[in-house]
Amino acid sequence: MTRFFVIILRELRIGLRHLSDISAVLAFFALVATLFAFGVGPLALGDLAGGVLWTAALLAAMLSLDRLFQPDHDDGGLVLLVLSPVPLELVVLAKVIAHWLTAGVPILVLAPLLGFALQLPEGSLSGLLTGMALGTPILSLLGALGAALVLGARRAGVLTALLILPLVIPVLIFGVAATDPANGAAPVLFLAAMLLGALALCPWATAAALRQSVL
Amino acid sequence: MTAGAPPLFSGEDIACQRGGHELFRGVGFALWPGDALLLTGPNGSGKTSLLQVMAGLRPPSAGRLDWHGRDIREDLAAHAGRLHHVGHRTGSRAILTAEEDLLFWSRVRGPASRQRCLLALARFDLLRLKDLPVQALSSGQQRRLALARLLATPADIWLLDEPAVGLDRSGLASLEAAVARHRGSGGIAVIASHTPVELAEPVRGLALEQSGERVPEHGS
Repeated sequence: MTRFFVIILRELRIGLRHLSDISAVLAFFALVATLFAFGVGPLALGDLAGGVLWTAALLAAMLSLDRLFQPDHDDGGLVLLVLSPVPLELVVLAKVIAHWLTAGVPILVLAPLLGFALQLPEGSLSGLLTGMALGTPILSLLGALGAALVLGARRAGVLTALLILPLVIPVLIFGVAATDPANGAAPVLFLAAMLLGALALCPWATAAALRQSVL
Repeated sequence: MTAGAPPLFSGEDIACQRGGHELFRGVGFALWPGDALLLTGPNGSGKTSLLQVMAGLRPPSAGRLDWHGRDIREDLAAHAGRLHHVGHRTGSRAILTAEEDLLFWSRVRGPASRQRCLLALARFDLLRLKDLPVQALSSGQQRRLALARLLATPADIWLLDEPAVGLDRSGLASLEAAVARHRGSGGIAVIASHTPVELAEPVRGLALEQSGERVPEHGS
């Protein structure tokens, strides 16, 4: 179990030394949201804000996926991780947790600020944050699967986005639904169910994909 | 050597395919505690692949490998736990310092001790560089760091793929001393190297040849 935390700590340390990666994700998040604001105009913005923030968050999260496994693949660390006594599924889970802490959480922190800028209706903020708190880990889990599948391919970043974005449409739908207080708790429960499903399946599928690409 | 005793680590009739063609077949070896096996062969003859097969990373297309007479595929995780594999790529992350990197890998493998890591760094003359990020090290120093992992945690089998690439004379001497100590304590070393590595006798040899199955490079 200590080994599990050792891996998380190493990933966090690496993440914090590459602060520009984190800030690039956040800047992209803010930029996409701002583009929507200019494109839609101020009148219709309030109603759209939830959807805009979610879409921007999904796109921004895509930017951060290539740092999940690509560096390990490039420097040969992946072989050592496969040969380590830690089950590869747990290695994946540790990396996903570290990825969520360095990509999902910053997005979560920035979201209320952008919500304010986009005139998000006041009652929607708690729904947005609850939805994103459940939705961003799903992104990390599915994103890890996508990143592992395209490992070693040319233009891997684009491929990951093409693979993963269609899969996260349900997250988007329920996430946006959660921002409307009239929908009650149902969308949040759906998101929670999807998170548990992804938590149960993604590490195994990701580990299988990594074993394929290790050589 | 130890006549009569069954070998500790052995392979029988191993074949390996890569990219649809057969690299080698009918390869076998038998190693007892303290043995060294030197893999030789031209580029592309499958030395790296054979080392990956020995590590359990790559399934052989035929044949079997045994540890203590039991097929390693019965428990690949246990097999991975008893070996060190040093490949072409060093496995060190550029942004971490040398000490952080070595400590991480020894903690993941266990049993980790900082003392042992520092000693391993010292053995490969990296102690004064331990706080430098890996990206600031030269390629020979990065190779030393990868080799220091061999000493940071114990393992029965060392699988070394071109370990001497980029090493200077003193680095090579450190490597040879490390291998000698490892063998002295009953360890097994399998080395593929084009650079001559001086090994104490007895050294077993395994020569891989250019595969006959290969499509001729010059069209007829």
